[in-house]
Amino acid sequence: MSLQHIEQRVTIPAHGGGTSLGADFPRLASRAVVRFLSRYGILIAFLATWQVSSSAGWVNAAVLPPIDTIVTALWNGLAGGTLLGDIAISLQRAGLAFAAAVAVAIPLGLFMGQVRAVETALDPILQVFRQTSALALYPVFILLLGLGEASKVFVIFWATLFPLLLNTISGVKQVDPKLLEMARVYGATRLTAFRRVVLPGAVPSIFVGLRLSATTALLLLIASEMIGANKGIGFQVMNAQYNFQIPLMFAAIVILAGLGLIANQALVSLQRRLCRWSSPID
Amino acid sequence: MASTSGGEVTIRDLSKSFTLGGRPLAVLRALNLDIRSGECLVIVGASGSGKTTLLRILAGLEAADSGGVAIDGSPVHGVGAERAVIFQEPRLLPWLTVLGNVAFGLEVRGMPKAEAEDKARFYTALVGLAEFSDAYPRQLSGGMAQRVGIARALTVQPEILLLDEPLGALDAMTKIGMQEELARIWSEENVTMVMVTHDLEEAIYLADRVLILPREKGGTARLVEVELPRPRDRSESRFVRYREELLREFGLH
Ligand SMILES: Nc1ncnc2c1ncn2[C@@H]1O[C@H](COP(=O)(O)OP(=O)(O)O)[C@@H](O)[C@H]1O
Ligand SMILES: [Mg+2]
Repeated sequence: MSLQHIEQRVTIPAHGGGTSLGADFPRLASRAVVRFLSRYGILIAFLATWQVSSSAGWVNAAVLPPIDTIVTALWNGLAGGTLLGDIAISLQRAGLAFAAAVAVAIPLGLFMGQVRAVETALDPILQVFRQTSALALYPVFILLLGLGEASKVFVIFWATLFPLLLNTISGVKQVDPKLLEMARVYGATRLTAFRRVVLPGAVPSIFVGLRLSATTALLLLIASEMIGANKGIGFQVMNAQYNFQIPLMFAAIVILAGLGLIANQALVSLQRRLCRWSSPID
Repeated sequence: MASTSGGEVTIRDLSKSFTLGGRPLAVLRALNLDIRSGECLVIVGASGSGKTTLLRILAGLEAADSGGVAIDGSPVHGVGAERAVIFQEPRLLPWLTVLGNVAFGLEVRGMPKAEAEDKARFYTALVGLAEFSDAYPRQLSGGMAQRVGIARALTVQPEILLLDEPLGALDAMTKIGMQEELARIWSEENVTMVMVTHDLEEAIYLADRVLILPREKGGTARLVEVELPRPRDRSESRFVRYREELLREFGLH
């Protein structure tokens, strides 16, 4: 397979009389390196600076431990299983809340975007709720639901609900009425027009909401786990700091960053598959 | 491909007015017209003379105040399967491919996807876009997009095709090519065509008859029969004389 491939490429210069494979390869390779560096160069430089200044003693290594110590702590935490339990409980909290927000916000938003009367009636209260910080309401939720799982999941749900709801509503409202009229000319019923025109038209905006909500979910997860929790990644960050296990604290922070990146990447690739028609994403 | 008979439009005492800035604005006044089955009627008139309004009433997108429209004897209430509309903008669904857009009308009317796409393939080829079947609207030029809109309308095999300045947004070169294409489609598809344009040359090139909507409110609509053999030659002396006659009707010559 690979031999065949090379053979095919070698024959190209014979037809076109262009550059040979020998001259092509270093150029392609160096272009790949340039592309890699232009994307990750600053990140690599940042990590390298951290590592060097910490191990050389330019910064307090007790506060900013060298990267390799953090990686070791991360490895021990994962291989030893201590951090795995935290990851599981955190994913459960954020996942439950996010799923509930999706289940409520998308249908409600599609409905609100379609029916003006519903939107008019609900908009003022939505604006008030949206402008009230979920963190400020957390004590209220604790009073209502206790200091257990319910209040944690609920505060995350509350905060993730609004970005998704508002983006779904605006996605529906942005659908071009001229397209709806076109569908009507072909005899589309309201339901068909909704399924074939409104829904696909709102998808890009719904994804904007999903990505915002995923970010918010992780943010609120950590905040809620810093109060009255004895497990979870957010708890580990606080607890490790309290016990002065700084490498472990950073390991927990790295896991958080990783979860955020994975969630975003998952949504981006889902969006790519569903929205191939629109201009390339990002 | 389309029906061999039918597509006869009767317009009787059709009136329509809008309220604009609190005042009533009479747009169409007691219009009477018979559009023959299979004919190409082109509507011209000054901007604001009610061309679009008339076409939208024919499409069933707008209701008349009094009087009415009948198609093959039955009065029009709302949209109908025997009519298709081509708007000035292509109005394509950006998330569907060219083929998906062309098949859209049939699918909305309940035809299974595979069957609809089979038919759509024929009309996509008819407008010269066979190679672009899998392209998305954002990858098309304005002229190509409009051809997709035309194919979508043809695919439902209407008896009456209503077109509101379908070539108005295209550049001059593309436009002439598309006029030839419309003339060819009309002669092949045996469909009644009612088309609005502000381009007099386009009107003479395509029309069996040209309907001139009056400039002043209260004036009367005029009909000009274009008796030229097809395909028409724009540089021919009789073609030029028709152009002068239409210009005179507009008081511009
Ligand atoms: N929905 C509407 N509401 C109020 N006035 C309208 C509406 N549609 C059209 N009009 C008015 O009716 C007149 C005729 O419009 P239109 O049929 O679009 O003219 P044309 O297509 O010949 O340029 C214009 O003066 C326009 O402002
Ligand atoms: Mg108009």
